[in-house]
Amino acid sequence: MNRLRGFLIPVVLLLLWEIGARTDILPPDTMSQPTEILAAGWEALMDGSLLLATYQTFQTALLGLAIGSGIGIILGALIGVSPVLEAIVGPTLDTIRPVPAVALIPLALLIYGFGVRMEVLVISFACIWPVLIVTVSAVRGIEPRLMEVARMLQMPALSRMKRIVLPAALARIAVGIRVGAGVALVVAVTVEIVLNPQGLGYGMIIAAQSLRPELMWAQLLWVGFAGWTFNALLMLIDRRWLRRFQTASGR
Amino acid sequence: MRARAIGLKVAAVIFALAVLIVWQMAADARLISPVFFPSPTRTFAALGAMEERGDLWKPMAATAERMFYGWVLASLVGMVLGAAIARSGPVRAYLEPLLEFLRPLPASAIIPPAILFLGLTSKMAVTVIAFGALWPVLLGAYHGFRNVPPQLDEMAAAMRMGQVAFIWKVALPSALPDIFAGVRVSLAIALILAVVTEMQAAQSGLGFNILMAQRSFRSPELYAGIIVLGVLGLLTNQALMMAERRLLRWRTLTR
Repeated sequence: MNRLRGFLIPVVLLLLWEIGARTDILPPDTMSQPTEILAAGWEALMDGSLLLATYQTFQTALLGLAIGSGIGIILGALIGVSPVLEAIVGPTLDTIRPVPAVALIPLALLIYGFGVRMEVLVISFACIWPVLIVTVSAVRGIEPRLMEVARMLQMPALSRMKRIVLPAALARIAVGIRVGAGVALVVAVTVEIVLNPQGLGYGMIIAAQSLRPELMWAQLLWVGFAGWTFNALLMLIDRRWLRRFQTASGR
Repeated sequence: MRARAIGLKVAAVIFALAVLIVWQMAADARLISPVFFPSPTRTFAALGAMEERGDLWKPMAATAERMFYGWVLASLVGMVLGAAIARSGPVRAYLEPLLEFLRPLPASAIIPPAILFLGLTSKMAVTVIAFGALWPVLLGAYHGFRNVPPQLDEMAAAMRMGQVAFIWKVALPSALPDIFAGVRVSLAIALILAVVTEMQAAQSGLGFNILMAQRSFRSPELYAGIIVLGVLGLLTNQALMMAERRLLRWRTLTR
């Protein structure tokens, strides 16, 4: 019963939309009929343009996420292990962090021109911060006895990092990466909407500008669906794989 | 111990200076083309020139204004919606699926429809900013209002407090820390979307200015603009944190 009530408002809105569009009460150049939107979406899906755009968006988002997370994890692990380093580097990082990633769009365009690389640069910058912050606190939270063991065994710094710090902090770092993944997708679509001529964001803005509102709405729905699926997938990976590490370190 | 703390502060300043000096030397040695890697001295000279021309405060105010309106709108709507969804079962049942669908939508994805409806106007920018900044506040408020300690509920029932009075006098203060956490995230999002909408809709402001600087290859101005945007983000966040400490002082006092 409760589930059904939740669908009442969307269904009524959709019906009103369809009726309003058919009777020209709603402006047809902005609010095309839901049935037309479905048709346009189906067509774009079948001719492959939607899938290509999806591939492009996710390609840049995942590349940017990989680079940004890499930087975030390395910096975060170093800062987390050494409070002295944090005191020295922290203030500089804290000054850079509030720079909105999108402010780098013109700079990235200046360096790389249009294409994958400029988008990846902006996404990486945006992804560093959530991963960095979580990594620092994850490394801080490592069981102190583990670090003592490492000191006792006189492990060299690098293998101490590899064998103790990163495995123990991995489960929490994964949470940071999941947050970063959401950020990556949003930033990718944003860069494409603002100026990069590829991917889902660009498809939407072009559909709007060439006065095909039905295609734009279809793509908006698709973006929402893709984002939702992506998030669900990440949750699944988290549950399948990373829980194991959590219980292993808890034992 | 004190000497050590001061030593670390000094080291932090030296590190920041070292970054600037390396940047300056790398730019002077032209390790990277000066077309997109100007030295700090050129960047700050450009910043000074912008200030003299009047190209600094006006666009900054324009950006901050749109960001502020969108953020305030998002905060109010988010708080009201969050409270309603958290405190009322029927509202939750009717609205939750709709909101669950809208929430993961990248905020910038509603720019194209917003342009179709509202044109390239300030109203469009504020709408997009408010939409994007809504979700963290909504989630924070929902969380805060859901987790009001049940003792408070019982106490209010015993005192025959009405629902409105309860929300205003008891639940809201109790939810405030969570709301503030959401509101701070929203502020960062508002700045991002303010910049994005300016670039997309050619609205005057800092975001538009750095895009123009890029188009005419004035890289020092581009860097200066990015720095100013960073400062804007830093200052607004600091201001909010100060307000938070003020408003939540009772929390530390009662403990």
